Amino acid sequence: MRLICPLCGPRDRREFYYSGSEDYLNRPTPDAPAEAWDDMLHLRDNPAGVTRDLWYHETGCGSWLLVTRSTTTHEILATERVADRKGAGA
Amino acid sequence: MRLADKGLIDRSKLVTFTFDGRSYVGFAGDSLASALLANGVKLMGRSFKYHRPRGVLTAGSEEPNALVEVLDDGQQTPNTRATVQEIHDGLVARSQNRWPNLRWDMLSINDLAAPFLSAGFYYKTFMWPRAFWEGIYEPLIRRAAGLGKLLPKHDTADYDRAFAFCDLLVIGSGPTGLMAALTAAKAGRDVILAEEDHMMGGRLLSDDGQIGGMASADWANATIATLRAMPNVRLMPRTTVVGAYDHGTYSALERVGLHVAHRPHLPRECFWRIVAGQTILATGALERPIAFRNNDRPGIMLAGAVQTYLNRYGVAPGRRVTLFANNDGARIVARQLMAAGVKVAAILDSRPVASVIEDCPVYIDARVTDTKGRHGLTSISVSHAAGSMEVETDLLMLSGGWNPLLHLTCHQNGRPVWREDIAAFVPKPGMIPGLTAAGSANGVFSTAECLAQGRDTAAAVLGLADLPDLPHAEAAPYAIQPFWAVPGEGRAWLDFANDVTVKDVKLSAQEGYVSVEHMKRYTTQGMAPDQGKNSNVGALAVLADATGRGIPETGTTTFRPPYVPVSIAAMGAGGRGVGFAPQRFLTSDQASRDRGAPMIEAGLWYRPSYFPKPGESTWREACDREVMMVRQTVGVADVSTLGKIDIQGRDAARFLDLVYTGTFSTLPVGRVRYGLMLREDGLVMDDGTTARLGENHYLMTTTTAAAGQVMRHLDFVHQAYCADYDLRFISVTESWAQFAVAGPKARQLLNSLLDQPLGDFPFMSCGEVTIEGVKARLFRISFSGEEGYEIAVPTPYGESLFRDLVARAETLGGGPYGMEALNVLRIEKGLITHAEIHGRVTAFDIGAQKMIATKKDCIGKASSTRPGLTGPEREQMVGLRALSDQPIGAGAHLFTPGDKVNRENGQGYVTSVCYSPTLSSWLGLAFLKDGRARHGQQIRLVDHMRKTDVLCEVCDPVFHDPEGGKLRA
Repeated sequence: MRLICPLCGPRDRREFYYSGSEDYLNRPTPDAPAEAWDDMLHLRDNPAGVTRDLWYHETGCGSWLLVTRSTTTHEILATERVADRKGAGA
Repeated sequence: MRLADKGLIDRSKLVTFTFDGRSYVGFAGDSLASALLANGVKLMGRSFKYHRPRGVLTAGSEEPNALVEVLDDGQQTPNTRATVQEIHDGLVARSQNRWPNLRWDMLSINDLAAPFLSAGFYYKTFMWPRAFWEGIYEPLIRRAAGLGKLLPKHDTADYDRAFAFCDLLVIGSGPTGLMAALTAAKAGRDVILAEEDHMMGGRLLSDDGQIGGMASADWANATIATLRAMPNVRLMPRTTVVGAYDHGTYSALERVGLHVAHRPHLPRECFWRIVAGQTILATGALERPIAFRNNDRPGIMLAGAVQTYLNRYGVAPGRRVTLFANNDGARIVARQLMAAGVKVAAILDSRPVASVIEDCPVYIDARVTDTKGRHGLTSISVSHAAGSMEVETDLLMLSGGWNPLLHLTCHQNGRPVWREDIAAFVPKPGMIPGLTAAGSANGVFSTAECLAQGRDTAAAVLGLADLPDLPHAEAAPYAIQPFWAVPGEGRAWLDFANDVTVKDVKLSAQEGYVSVEHMKRYTTQGMAPDQGKNSNVGALAVLADATGRGIPETGTTTFRPPYVPVSIAAMGAGGRGVGFAPQRFLTSDQASRDRGAPMIEAGLWYRPSYFPKPGESTWREACDREVMMVRQTVGVADVSTLGKIDIQGRDAARFLDLVYTGTFSTLPVGRVRYGLMLREDGLVMDDGTTARLGENHYLMTTTTAAAGQVMRHLDFVHQAYCADYDLRFISVTESWAQFAVAGPKARQLLNSLLDQPLGDFPFMSCGEVTIEGVKARLFRISFSGEEGYEIAVPTPYGESLFRDLVARAETLGGGPYGMEALNVLRIEKGLITHAEIHGRVTAFDIGAQKMIATKKDCIGKASSTRPGLTGPEREQMVGLRALSDQPIGAGAHLFTPGDKVNRENGQGYVTSVCYSPTLSSWLGLAFLKDGRARHGQQIRLVDHMRKTDVLCEVCDPVFHDPEGGKLRA
């Protein structure tokens, strides 16, 4: 498996740490109800098809990446840096 | 029998080798199989189940019969295919799966017992009495089963692994592969041409045809020479591509040194990972045998294999040859044998309509119905359109058609499609993105078509316009009429390696195992080292027939990597012993070893366990001494393994407030604060101290164990939640060597060393100091409970500073201390490590809930107050003091005295223990239900592993100096 790091180019997946769903990007406000935190921390879809998840270029540039890929075809549809996406600021 | 003037072997180089203890001579370029055949050796192995005498069937890596053990380099490599093993001087090979020898094998009794050993026999035969299974049946079967044997010792030979990248990977160097590689290479693309054989050229080395007006082998050699001279081409002979993975990644096994006797500078094998922009599968096709009674005798071979032995190795594997075929193509082999002066007794064509014009007798509508010759074929029984007959023959050639070698295209769960006209499965395009089959692997069989498809496929996948000319070559059509098995009595073999017969497959269907995957498992069809390459299609044709379905409806089993057997040693190359994981060494490593310190692993780091002194016979003596040394004078320890993260920027303080439970924006410059870091789910991630070196400059320390995790976490929080912060941070763990100097004489020691004596430097201060002009960082922090400092210098100064600190400490009655003492000191002080914050504890559990600042948000804050993460039902950290001298152990469980010791009554567990020389008692840190309310109570510690049962007193975790007076001294 290979991922295309926007900074480093195509790289073997051994350079990356897999974190999990993109849900982690959507941090509820501190006063959000417990359900919102539960959603973000624990509730996951398990799609046969397109999924978006987080990978860390651990032995590369240290970028967190948001990878859009297919769980059925293994195709990588898009890769962007988490820091570059809209609303990545506090 | 070796023929004069034929073959691509080097007749000027004689090679001596042994097989089953007998010495033979072959030529350089021979395979073990060709050299044995040249010496008249036909019997090369015994079958798996019935121990039937077997000879070589093929000339390639798919060989099911001629599996031998090769002994070299202190190794014994079982199941080596004699068709792949090149001979070299000193090669020692022997047959396997026989006793006492290959000709007289006791277990060939199994062959007589065959009626009881049909498919699934072990599911039926050994059912009664039930108690016999484990003690009698299974050991017996295990002893009888298996092919070659491994030596029961470590493989100490060298293996390697490597990575390669290219625009185009061409797998196979026959006409298709050579033309594809040439086309891409001439267009300037980076090309890797991988070939399983040691000689490139594929079928062109065997077919004795013509390309572009020259012998096809000459054309192949000229093309290979052209490719070799190009800087953008890498030729990889002896390399089998074994797996196709995602995104253009392929695995390949290179037999680097297995063809030479002595290889001081060569590994045995190399496991490659090749990443290719595009890949062309030009692996060709494999010939299929035909099933009939006793079709497995030595002397029965595939026609294409005979052609290889004849033309490439100059060997005639028989003197009186017959051919049984269902297609036109195989007849060329008979003609070539006759041209070489070998007698061809008969061509037996299964088709009712076929040409009978050859220079030997041809029988149409013919069937081989039986064979004779136990250790070598002597005659065959034939029925044909005009009657039946016995034919004397010592070599029967089979050709049941050809199967495209499409395995790699199916490695991602694809299924091939059936083509009626060639009676074979062909790859479905697009099953693996970037992989395109061409030539015979794609179902075209004439040399001219292969050359054209090689060129055109390369052009298509790479988008090339300027193409090389195609040389003229043979373009005969491939005429086949499917014929799988001769009906009749007796056993007709499908899977030679696993002894699966037509009867077995029919029995499977009869007993309801009609799915091809069930049939495979019931009969073991295709589960031998050749993975059914010779037999799967034939077997599923028989299954289709038995179930009344067509072959496409019956379908294939799943293709999985690896394409050929790969040794685990090759896959794990470099990962044995110290190569298993990287090693990280402290700057003080040598100094510690010089003092005889045993080193222990802490993650990837190696740290001194303790520093033994003369007269100390156990680690405990050294450890106790080191603990008391720190408590009474001064000790020095290397703490450089702690993670160090340098954090800078105008928003560094805000960032720390977000990741730590505490507030760091209010920390004054020149001060240090203890920080607790939570995961977002409210559990404790890590702890450590962070120093404010400047207004916008912090230095965070992490635990040794979690340094990587914390870095990853900080990167995530930064990039995901506050990418717009003015903030940069980087790990500087290896840039600084850091030493703890702890004990009542710590300050005295430092003052003797520093260029300027310490002035007012209270607990939790930090600042820059100099040592002989070298800038150093000094932190007044303590992991021991004593007055403690940590001094950090750039790594190049680490070793000399350590040696200097230790020497100065010794003049004060102190010295170095290791991990054991460090652990005792921190337990006595009730300080946690990842033994305590093991991923299931909250800030509440460790008594640090008050450290979660109320006035700001932080990661994990919201979750830390979830129901169930706080409260009396939680197991809370406590100290334990043993009420007897009996040792206690971590991992023990806690019970209320008087309660029955069972899981339901469990009150908690112990995470760390030590013998405290300071308090002359065994101490522990533990998690106990509602523990903070139970200080002063007694608890029963039960350790089933160590068989201990000790009464302890529950107390505050801080045993030593609970007021902290010593810290602040």
